[in-house]
Amino acid sequence: MKEEKIIDVKDVAAMAESGEIGERMIVNMGPSHPSTHGVLRMVFELDGDTITKCNPVIGYLHRGSEKVAENMTYNQFIPYTDRLDYLAPLCNNVAFATCAEKIAGIEIPERCKAIRVLCCELSRIASHLIGVGVYGMDAGAWTVFMYAFTQREKLYTLFERLTGARLTCSYARVGGLARDIPEGWLGDVASFANQFLPALDEMDKLITRNRIFIDRTEEIAVISRDEAVNWGLTGANLRASGVESDIRKDNPYLGYENYEFDIPVGTKGDAYDRWLVRMEEMRQSVRIIRQVIDKMPKGAWHVDDPRIFAPEKRSVLTQMESLISNFVLTTEGPNLPKGEAYFEAENPKGALGFFIMSGGGGVPYRVRIKGPSFVSLSILPKIMPGHHITDVPVILGSLDFVLGECDR
Amino acid sequence: MNSLFLLSTAVAQTGAAQASSMGLVDILLKVLFGFAAIGVVMCFAALSVVVERKVAAFIQGRYGPCRTFIPYVMLIPFVGRFLQRAGLMQLAADGLKFLFKEEPLPSHVNKFWFTLAPVMSLAPVLIASCAIPFGFFMYDGTPHALAAADFDLSLLFVLALGSLGVYGAVLAGWSSNSKYSYMGAIRASAQMVSYELTMVLSLVPVIIWIAPNCESPLSLFDLGMSQSSMWNCFMFPLSAFLFLVALFAETNRQPFDMAESETDLVSGFHTEYGSFKFGLFFVGEYGHMVLGSSLFICIFLGAWSPLPGLSYPADWGWITAVLATLTFLAKIAFMIFFFVWVRWTLPRFRYDHVMNLGWGKLLPLSVANLVFYLVLAAFVK
Repeated sequence: MKEEKIIDVKDVAAMAESGEIGERMIVNMGPSHPSTHGVLRMVFELDGDTITKCNPVIGYLHRGSEKVAENMTYNQFIPYTDRLDYLAPLCNNVAFATCAEKIAGIEIPERCKAIRVLCCELSRIASHLIGVGVYGMDAGAWTVFMYAFTQREKLYTLFERLTGARLTCSYARVGGLARDIPEGWLGDVASFANQFLPALDEMDKLITRNRIFIDRTEEIAVISRDEAVNWGLTGANLRASGVESDIRKDNPYLGYENYEFDIPVGTKGDAYDRWLVRMEEMRQSVRIIRQVIDKMPKGAWHVDDPRIFAPEKRSVLTQMESLISNFVLTTEGPNLPKGEAYFEAENPKGALGFFIMSGGGGVPYRVRIKGPSFVSLSILPKIMPGHHITDVPVILGSLDFVLGECDR
Repeated sequence: MNSLFLLSTAVAQTGAAQASSMGLVDILLKVLFGFAAIGVVMCFAALSVVVERKVAAFIQGRYGPCRTFIPYVMLIPFVGRFLQRAGLMQLAADGLKFLFKEEPLPSHVNKFWFTLAPVMSLAPVLIASCAIPFGFFMYDGTPHALAAADFDLSLLFVLALGSLGVYGAVLAGWSSNSKYSYMGAIRASAQMVSYELTMVLSLVPVIIWIAPNCESPLSLFDLGMSQSSMWNCFMFPLSAFLFLVALFAETNRQPFDMAESETDLVSGFHTEYGSFKFGLFFVGEYGHMVLGSSLFICIFLGAWSPLPGLSYPADWGWITAVLATLTFLAKIAFMIFFFVWVRWTLPRFRYDHVMNLGWGKLLPLSVANLVFYLVLAAFVK
């Protein structure tokens, strides 16, 4: 690929003077602009209304998460993972904890796995709801966004009961969870699932077959199968391009192999396919949720290893050994052996990968995060040119990224 | 623009003829009527802001504005509570905010045109509202229009002034010296000009049809009166539909809100505006909606007749006048509800799709519609 210069706004006057851009116009969008989700900034070169060049500029939300991780214990880093893809914090927690457990080489109990799967799928629905809702809003359909948001609020109320927080859940721990599921919570999840499918159908009726919406999304930002693979897209964006790839199926973790679900796959790889794939994935998530609730195993919800997971509160208050191990765990972190591991989880936005290098002890030596949103954004200069400037929000909405995860 | 020129000469001639016979009281009365008409449009424009927010909330399963309150007004039993719940205090708060906020004038704008633009978008609406017959009254046994200015070319007058609204958008976009505003202005002007054709062509069959039985078919009052037996929207369904679609485009309402298109152009042509100047644009937009609704009601929706084929009897005197006016206002309210309903249901068109729809589909359709009624009229005669 040809190396392209990043256009900066201050260069534009010089470029116009030297005749470098000719009749074309440079338009800056973001980092504060209604259509760029989060703080993405894009510099467009326009020929009339058609985009000839697009340069995404990222990094406005860089917080140095990877470096931060080197200065705290594994469990202390869990809240930071919330802030990666802040629309699906539970998934991030689970992915990080599972990666740490991979280093420790521990197997978590079945109940813990089932609860984590439940969290991931609920979180996937919440994230996709925002994904499709904002996508609809970008196309001008505000009501779809509000319908989606109503459902997401119900989910967040469930999350609040489970974890104590609506947005930054911080629920998973290395070797287990923050707490067991509360009494009656599963029944509420089931009733949410029951009312969710009709609500999804309603959204479908409102917009999926709407002529204006189809006109705006069909044949827009087509990513061919090969392109999607070559650019390293993951998640729904990859599947919309016709690649049947889902880590939950290809490389099952947390016992995903025990649940029946289908992978929706697109045919054309255009913006409309990405919409359809996300809508269908929510339905499949509901399928998984129902199976998890039916099969929810009884028993322990964390590993029984005092060096990895803190003992029960009651025994901390009554037994000296428990008190000591609780103290050590809190101050020094879970004792992980020396080693390194890479774990990739199928998150709503795509494959979120954690690479952890452990020098032994409770603090990671190095953490590297592979964010799917970064990959999704990297294809923008490829797919944007040739489209109308009005397509920009639709294309961005269809890729469904989160800048927190991209900039880290 | 041709129509505007013709119109101005016509108005000037009749005006000159009339002025000599008019006394000071007559002129003062006319001015008073003018203010009343403007008051009606402004009231409806303000109310439609509340309706917009409330209906949007209703459609989306929310409450909408219901918390803002003014301390002492809240002491009034029931009424204060109602005003709060209905979001009317929110309206007052928003209006006051527009009035009292600092008036920013960016340094990079062309100050004269920048200041003129909001006026240009609101003034034509208010002027045109003087020609809208909001009702009728009986005097000497003949019905008279309840309008500040009832003249033979009122339809043409309203259409011409309505199309002047685009100058506000163009001026704002040009003088703002911002790329978003510039693109918004280009879209607004292109769209309005394209849909103007459809709008006028869809009206021609109606006028041709009623012309033989009507003294002045280009007068809104006569057009309204001609529908006492049957509403025009049933006689000319395609015309009514085309006119309505063009009206949405003319008023820049979703699904045609290209000029604003907030997801890509921030706020389109009024990106650089704030406080009172933005308020003028805002009111102008809703005023345009009220004006367009009145036009649609006058021409297609039976004007003052409460139901198709039904009209208030002429011998009820002033009761007829009140009922007719109330009917007209109720219809405006319904039309505003319809505008809002569509806005919160449909996604936004893409700009080039709007142009394709206008030139490629609606214009041929309106021509076909015109030809059909021309042939029909020839055969009937």
